[in-house]
Amino acid sequence: MSTNYQGYEAVIGIEVHVQLKTKSKIFCSDGTDFSAGDNENISPISLGMPGTLPALNEAVLDLAIKTGLALNCHIRPKSYFARKNYFYPDLPKGYQISQYEEPICENGYIEFNVNNELKKVSITRAHLEEDAGKSTHFSEYTLLNYNRAGIPLLEIVSGPDMKSAKEAAEYCKSIRSIVQYLEVCDGNLDEGSLRCDCNVSVKKIGDKQLGTKVEIKNLNSFRFIEKAIDFEIERQIDDCLSNKKIIQETRLYDPDKNRTFTMRIKEDAQDYRYFIDPDLMPLIVSDEKIKNLRSQIPELPIQKSKRFVQLGLLENEADVLSSDKYLALFFEAVARKSKNYKLSANWILGEVLRFMNEKDQTIQQIKISSDQLAQLIILIENRTLSGKIAKVVFNEMMETGQSAEFIIESKGYKKVTDLSELDKIIQNVIDINPLQVAEYKSGKEKLFSFFIGNIMKITQGQADPDVASEILKRKLNQS
Amino acid sequence: MDLLQINFSDYAHALKNKKISATETAQFFLGRVHNLDSKLNSFTYINENIIEEAKLLDQRISRNENVGPLAGVIFGIKDMLCTQGMPSTAASKMLSGFVPPYDSTVVARLKSAGALIIGKLNQDEFAMGSSNETSVYGACKNPWNIKHVPGGSSGGSAAAQSARLTMGTIGTDTGGSIRQPASFCGVVGVKPTYSRVSRYGIVAYASSLDQAGPIVSSVSDAALTLETICGQDSFDQTTADIKVEKMSTHLDANIKGKKIGIVKEYLTGISDSDIEINFQKAINAVKILGAEVIEISIPLTQYAVPMYYIISASEASSNLARYDGVKYGYRTLADQSSHLSLDDFYSLNRGEGFGSEVKRRIMLGTYALSSGYSDEFYIKACKVRRLLQQQFISAFEKCDIIMSPVTTTPAFEIGQKSTDPLKMYLNDIFTTSTNLCGFPGMSVPFGTTTGTNVLPIGIQLTAPHFQEQTLLNFAFAIENTEEACNFRKLKPNVY
Repeated sequence: MSTNYQGYEAVIGIEVHVQLKTKSKIFCSDGTDFSAGDNENISPISLGMPGTLPALNEAVLDLAIKTGLALNCHIRPKSYFARKNYFYPDLPKGYQISQYEEPICENGYIEFNVNNELKKVSITRAHLEEDAGKSTHFSEYTLLNYNRAGIPLLEIVSGPDMKSAKEAAEYCKSIRSIVQYLEVCDGNLDEGSLRCDCNVSVKKIGDKQLGTKVEIKNLNSFRFIEKAIDFEIERQIDDCLSNKKIIQETRLYDPDKNRTFTMRIKEDAQDYRYFIDPDLMPLIVSDEKIKNLRSQIPELPIQKSKRFVQLGLLENEADVLSSDKYLALFFEAVARKSKNYKLSANWILGEVLRFMNEKDQTIQQIKISSDQLAQLIILIENRTLSGKIAKVVFNEMMETGQSAEFIIESKGYKKVTDLSELDKIIQNVIDINPLQVAEYKSGKEKLFSFFIGNIMKITQGQADPDVASEILKRKLNQS
Repeated sequence: MDLLQINFSDYAHALKNKKISATETAQFFLGRVHNLDSKLNSFTYINENIIEEAKLLDQRISRNENVGPLAGVIFGIKDMLCTQGMPSTAASKMLSGFVPPYDSTVVARLKSAGALIIGKLNQDEFAMGSSNETSVYGACKNPWNIKHVPGGSSGGSAAAQSARLTMGTIGTDTGGSIRQPASFCGVVGVKPTYSRVSRYGIVAYASSLDQAGPIVSSVSDAALTLETICGQDSFDQTTADIKVEKMSTHLDANIKGKKIGIVKEYLTGISDSDIEINFQKAINAVKILGAEVIEISIPLTQYAVPMYYIISASEASSNLARYDGVKYGYRTLADQSSHLSLDDFYSLNRGEGFGSEVKRRIMLGTYALSSGYSDEFYIKACKVRRLLQQQFISAFEKCDIIMSPVTTTPAFEIGQKSTDPLKMYLNDIFTTSTNLCGFPGMSVPFGTTTGTNVLPIGIQLTAPHFQEQTLLNFAFAIENTEEACNFRKLKPNVY
């Protein structure tokens, strides 16, 4: 899908900064715990004190390679760290250790569904770098927190392959799913462990030359990414139509006003004076290492989604279930144990997600196990529980973590397992209401619900209405 | 016992046998520093606490604890090296008041070998200079003639050692900063193979060239110091995983049949007659010892100085970016009285904190790395650097070691070259190639100037990578020649 306004189209490329989940920083042993107090995760090395040197945390390399492989990238057997030189108070050394001409991963792509259509976006490169600290500005002063300085980042740079805000948001979601599947990043946009910078430009459809690009930074939810880009595309097209020049700049998004605004204007391209960092050795990656890491890559979201569709799920159901690794694993476990993919999908996409949203829980936080949900689904499937009672039981399970069996027994939701029992009850209802039976037979079909009501009253609502209706219908037609 | 002449191993023996105590030794040298350093200005910080540290060491010795091979040896440390609890300023206003909470690996290794640190030694600011005149603490003087420079940048180390204010010192060498002052002051200086000695905790000037090494009084002391400070360090990933031999016990002065290379291109660079005479004497001396002297050609050495200044300044421009007044070190006083913009804050901190030579090199390096220029300067220099290394490696197929003068002239007068940076830079013509190629290099005392103004003149040796033992063996042979023995009978004026 491409947005098309009055002969213009948008071109979007995205840089995603992925905080790699390691116990210590990329070049020293400082902790990486997000909850640490201000300036607690620091040391002479992360502060760039005189004479201190970076020493690569090898764990970072494995996470970067794994991600690169999942992004279908070529992994360079030899790559280098380079210094990106610029001054800023939250940059302790006056340069950021990054990668420049020879990044560890390059030339990849990812695929994902947008409105049930497969979209392919190229990955130009993914390189390792260290994060800077955090500045908090006040009118008279600025506070600096260096906890983040030296946190490992993998910057994933896409090609300018997206044409709509929707595609851009789906791309970002897709990257998050992948890094979460790989367990290389917790993918938390709020805490900044995943940061998406979107480069947006517009051009006349058919033009080869790209328009001036504007970067939108600090977008901390997928919804904001989509809204900000939508706004930005319209703004730029409006400017083009009114012959206003688009300025190369960095903009921020204001969610309250739903608009973007200028953060800083990039006058001349800044000269970072990149050069290979002489303090670090080249990164050497053996074929064996790549082979070994490739074998550790799990089935990824798009592959899972495709498989779920083959199992009979709808595409959008498959996409939602596969978007989160733990949701997908939960679904697969429930489906495997209940042997009913469709019903498992319906319950998870319906009741489970509803409950999670209400309680603001993740799938890992819910109280019931896949075994427990599978058990409930089996009880529903063999008509032991009616759908209505099942929902009541489900809610109790989610609140308490108790099994369906336990709740049914203890709350007296007597299982109506014995069909002959139900048969007797229904026969009894027919027998004690001869008048109503006669009226029904003479054509007053509304009375059917009178009988059902009586059956439910006697069974205290535990009879499966479908089963009860079937038996009742048969008996009424017989008698 | 003559504490001014004793070598480390004899001293260790004396200490072990209770012929002397570490406390007496520390008192003796602390006294010399107090009495003599006002003439030299070689110290930037005196560790008065050394007496207490020596007492603790003596207690450990009395309990027969294993106190390490350098126990009680009094070391002075160039101000480039971070020393926990002692100011470490690289002789710059920019780092005034900076007291690191950590030791550089070199200092940590010396301490764990039992050495006692007497203080910090003067140098050119951020090691940028060849005369020790760019220090914020003022010029350091040559003990042989205090009107002359001690060389640089490790001028304080060479001067203090030459005047025996210390038993040993540590310097750093980026383009000759150990070898040149060692030669000017008549002491032994070794720049190890790049990657041999951890750079952790040493203020970075040019990361791909910097190495720390000993400036001491004898080849055997150099060997013992080297085996203490060399070796892999997890805090510096550029250090090599190569075993460090017991160099001091393998010293062998027999160089009979060995081949010594003389770089043809260097011969035309010698204009000073004293330098030339000494070098010829050295050639004759090694021939007498049975070595074969051959001429080798390394044409690219003619580009060594420009290459060195482009690469070192480029790296320095980045290495010195961290000194911004935000986190430690000097901050402009203007910040206290008015609200400065970030640009003004940086400009004033760095403008007031750095001296002019440092600024010159930061600007040079920034230019050489700039987009549009870096291909012509930095990248090209890096390429020629690799070619230079190849030429040297081919040359080492024909000889075991390369011998050359250390400098073009003996120690010059204070102020003589400080107004002409280019003249000062050309002083490094014989020393920079060693750093660019990463080879181990050494300066060993040999002779002096003729006439009444007696100034030492050393001989430079350069060996293939990781062959410190070869280097020390040749130096040991030269140290035992008649000329070198005669030189050692002379004493500097400040002694």
